[in-house]
Amino acid sequence: MEESLKKHLQKIAVEVRKGIIEGTFNAKSGHPGGSLSIADTITYLYYAQMNVNPENPEDDERDRFVLSKGHCAPALYAVLAEKGYFPKEELKTLRHIGSRLQGHPCINIPGVDMSSGSLGQGISVACGMALSAKISNKPYRVYTILGDGEIQEGMVWEAAMFASHNKLDNLIAVVDNNGLQIDGNIADVCSPYPIDEKFKAFGWHVITMNAHDFDEIEKAFNEAVSIKDKPVVIIQNSIKGKGVSYMENQAGWHGKAPNADEYKTAMEELNAQLESLED
Amino acid sequence: MADVIKKATRESYGEALTELAEKYPELVVLDADLAAATKTGIFKKKYPERFFDCGIAECNMMGVAAGLANTGKIPFASTFAMFAAGRAYEIIRNSIGYPHLNVKIGATHAGISVGEDGATHQCNEDIALMRTIPGMTIINPADDVEAKAAVEAAIKFNGPVYMRFGRLAAPVFNDPATYKFELGKGITLREGKDVTIIATGLMVSKAIAAAETLAKEGVDARVINIHTIKPIDRDIIAKAAAETKLIVTVEEHSIIGGLGSAVAEVVTETTPCKVVKIGVNDVYGFSGPAVDLLEEFGLSESNIVKTVKESL
Repeated sequence: MEESLKKHLQKIAVEVRKGIIEGTFNAKSGHPGGSLSIADTITYLYYAQMNVNPENPEDDERDRFVLSKGHCAPALYAVLAEKGYFPKEELKTLRHIGSRLQGHPCINIPGVDMSSGSLGQGISVACGMALSAKISNKPYRVYTILGDGEIQEGMVWEAAMFASHNKLDNLIAVVDNNGLQIDGNIADVCSPYPIDEKFKAFGWHVITMNAHDFDEIEKAFNEAVSIKDKPVVIIQNSIKGKGVSYMENQAGWHGKAPNADEYKTAMEELNAQLESLED
Repeated sequence: MADVIKKATRESYGEALTELAEKYPELVVLDADLAAATKTGIFKKKYPERFFDCGIAECNMMGVAAGLANTGKIPFASTFAMFAAGRAYEIIRNSIGYPHLNVKIGATHAGISVGEDGATHQCNEDIALMRTIPGMTIINPADDVEAKAAVEAAIKFNGPVYMRFGRLAAPVFNDPATYKFELGKGITLREGKDVTIIATGLMVSKAIAAAETLAKEGVDARVINIHTIKPIDRDIIAKAAAETKLIVTVEEHSIIGGLGSAVAEVVTETTPCKVVKIGVNDVYGFSGPAVDLLEEFGLSESNIVKTVKESL
């Protein structure tokens, strides 16, 4: 990847992380851990991959995004605000009464293509959107991000079967393999491993990448869009809580908001990251 | 009702989809390995490129339908009522109802008249389940004419619709030349001042027959067909409550949460009067020929007559 683009994306990703912390801190609840683990990927999607335009958010031919792991709404909202779909200031209203920013993605929010949050359902909806494009000969692609714990839901595999049966090569799913779910390590709770072999067995093209390296992210998505006649899954090896030192690899930060001191520490760390990216 | 034509409303459903496909190019049909039974197979034969079999995976089918609707299609997702309203309830609630997507759910084999398959397939709870979903429209047509009109009305309506169809052949009593379907409007099929029988679906023709028998015995029964269970026609029910003092509801569904409950809610909020519910009395069904099961469960003309006389 070109260095200037990489630096740009890295800065945006830090801004997205700050948005996640801002939102969950002000909400006094929410899911920072898994939001931080997808921050780089969702930044890449909205800034380098998807054909979307905040000036024309309802464009019929735009690429679609479904956050199947809907509890990571803070990441989606942060990137949408950064992109200009709504004011960044609004992130502070996350989960408040009267706010548009519901605890889980809601279709009424500018830029949000689909309500989600009950795990396992987003990928089926993404299949329907991708099928719709095929029927209508529309050029758009559909992207969805699932959690690695989420794929314990049986419905995910109903969708996986459907997608390969219908040759939905316009569907790209990302499985956020941060290894942790609420009750602990996914391997200990009810192991979904081997994730790659499972998707292969269901007829998908499987790619793996480091979720926090934009060179790898670019390479993975370039490969994904080149695949014909098969849906593609990118299994991203990620760090839950990535970017905030005390949250990294801690299952406890799945669904807990930072307190005032923790907020201050997180923002200091993220601002330091931003400074280090300045020339 | 001697020489009347009989036809299952699932058959009407499959035919209506096929007849309307050309007029509504965005219409697509999904099924979950039951196309021969839900009668979407009729559509599949003529429009294979607009038919998608999701296999035995109803939850995914509802999600796929949501995605299709989200991107401008008008999907009819078809399976048995048990697997639509029952198995896929939460997907319908969260991925169709909450975002208020334009998905039509074609639920066939509703109620006890599924027959020999028995309790696991006899869904007497679907109306109750669907009624709890905000913004969901529920239509339970009574015969072929009404079912076909309802399918087109559902297409024209923008929002989620749950449509309930039966397996058993039902008498065709509506005249296609004069019948008019109005979403959310009950139909007074017979005027009467002593009692109002409010029926839905398969039970409407039985309510008409019961009213004719009652007339011979000196009881003047009004008969109302409620095809749209949600939103329900409050005016026609409140008027009946005010004018006839007794209401008997008849449905091929549990007495909990269905038509009877919906009518009772309107009556208690508007014009209190006695409401007696005929339906499946909070029990599971069992195997048997559909016609015999309807008798067993009191979903019969004779039981309507008996109940009215006992309740007056």
